[in-house]
Amino acid sequence: MNRTIHFTLNGKSVTREAPTHRLLLDLLRDEIGLTGTKEGCGTGDCGACTVMLNGKPVNSCLVLSGELDGADIVTIEGLHIGPELHPVQRTFLQDGGAQCGYCTPGMLMMSKALLDENPNPTEDDIRYALSGNLCRCTGYAKIIQAVQDAAAILRNKNV
Amino acid sequence: MKRTEPFEFYQPATLQEASRLLREKGPGGRFLAGGTDLVIAMKEKGLLPNYIVDLKRLPALSGIRQNPDGSISLGALTTMYEIETSPLIKKKFHFLAQSAAEVGSIQIRNRATIGGNMCNATPSADTAPALIALGASAKISGGAAERSISLEEFFKAPGETVLKADEILTEIIIPRTPAGLVGEYIKFSPREMMDLAYVGVAVAYDFEPQKRTCAGVRIVLGAVAPTPIRAKRAEATVEGQALSESLAEKAGNIAAEEAKPISDVRSTADYRRAMVAAMTKRALLNAAVGPAKSWVERRDRRY
Repeated sequence: MNRTIHFTLNGKSVTREAPTHRLLLDLLRDEIGLTGTKEGCGTGDCGACTVMLNGKPVNSCLVLSGELDGADIVTIEGLHIGPELHPVQRTFLQDGGAQCGYCTPGMLMMSKALLDENPNPTEDDIRYALSGNLCRCTGYAKIIQAVQDAAAILRNKNV
Repeated sequence: MKRTEPFEFYQPATLQEASRLLREKGPGGRFLAGGTDLVIAMKEKGLLPNYIVDLKRLPALSGIRQNPDGSISLGALTTMYEIETSPLIKKKFHFLAQSAAEVGSIQIRNRATIGGNMCNATPSADTAPALIALGASAKISGGAAERSISLEEFFKAPGETVLKADEILTEIIIPRTPAGLVGEYIKFSPREMMDLAYVGVAVAYDFEPQKRTCAGVRIVLGAVAPTPIRAKRAEATVEGQALSESLAEKAGNIAAEEAKPISDVRSTADYRRAMVAAMTKRALLNAAVGPAKSWVERRDRRY
């Protein structure tokens, strides 16, 4: 069954008709054309599909379009701040936090969620927060470094 | 990676409407809470509902609150992350907050609900042992009349509860607990996160720290029987006694006898039994020490 949903996507109002069984992940990638969000597993185990839904990081592979009326959604395409990269995007680039890049959008979204809540995370805090984001390439060391460096930038900005 | 098949989708605004939909439309319907079990079942396990009734617009199902009689109510739609981070839950029963923290990832915990965890009725459900150890009950609406049932009796078999098709679990109620209550939940699994429990052990007791006496002892085992079970003989061994390492070990061995594990892809029955003994001992002793300060301490501490 189709339903007309009104929601906010990366700060812009969107109205569209969607089948209620359509996964949010597929709505974003196949119907709206925002392919930054990735499918790694389809079962909520890998975190590659992480988006912000109503301010909270969730696996978009497990969200049905039927419930999106009134939702606020932010994807990796909406992470930048105005014309600038988000600090964690910059540090991922500088520190080498991405190799193949497939886990990276999910890692960035989850890292942003962590830094929004905890501006001074320890390494253990970062590992805990990123438990649901798998990376097959990097061994996580540079990812953790990038999150720590982004936290430092964000703390300095607030000084 | 499979996709979901089309279904009718409803978002009722009242409990009565939600129940009525299930009654009128008949079999082939499912209630939707967070979707972290239902959507996976539709993608991976061949579940094909004709219609889905989303409960998330029902206001009565949200929120954590303390009642005048000292009991705590958890709305069925409370997410695992809300329980993990709730100052009230962390203060009163830290081991319940930690049980919720064991479920999946933060992304999953932002969607997974306590009601869904109960109604999915997996034997290894992480929040069930702690809730049963706390003497929690389930409030059920819809169908004939509102009713209440202790969580210990709520589960019937893997995937099966006492709920009838049009009934909705609305609230989990934790009765008032003694001031000296201590508890611990240990999820035994090979991975630190993102795993299912091979064995789950929750303990709770009223602890008198001078003499180390334990009263109202509850030992609840998950993943080692068709439903979460209380290890009543093990409880009786500790009840009224002064806690010591040897007593905890004895209780662990008895709990292992009461467990009814199976061998499956994760583990053998013998290994699960051995881990029930070890984790029960560890949980009893750790509860007396108090909550760990970090997940790393929680992972690494013995007693």
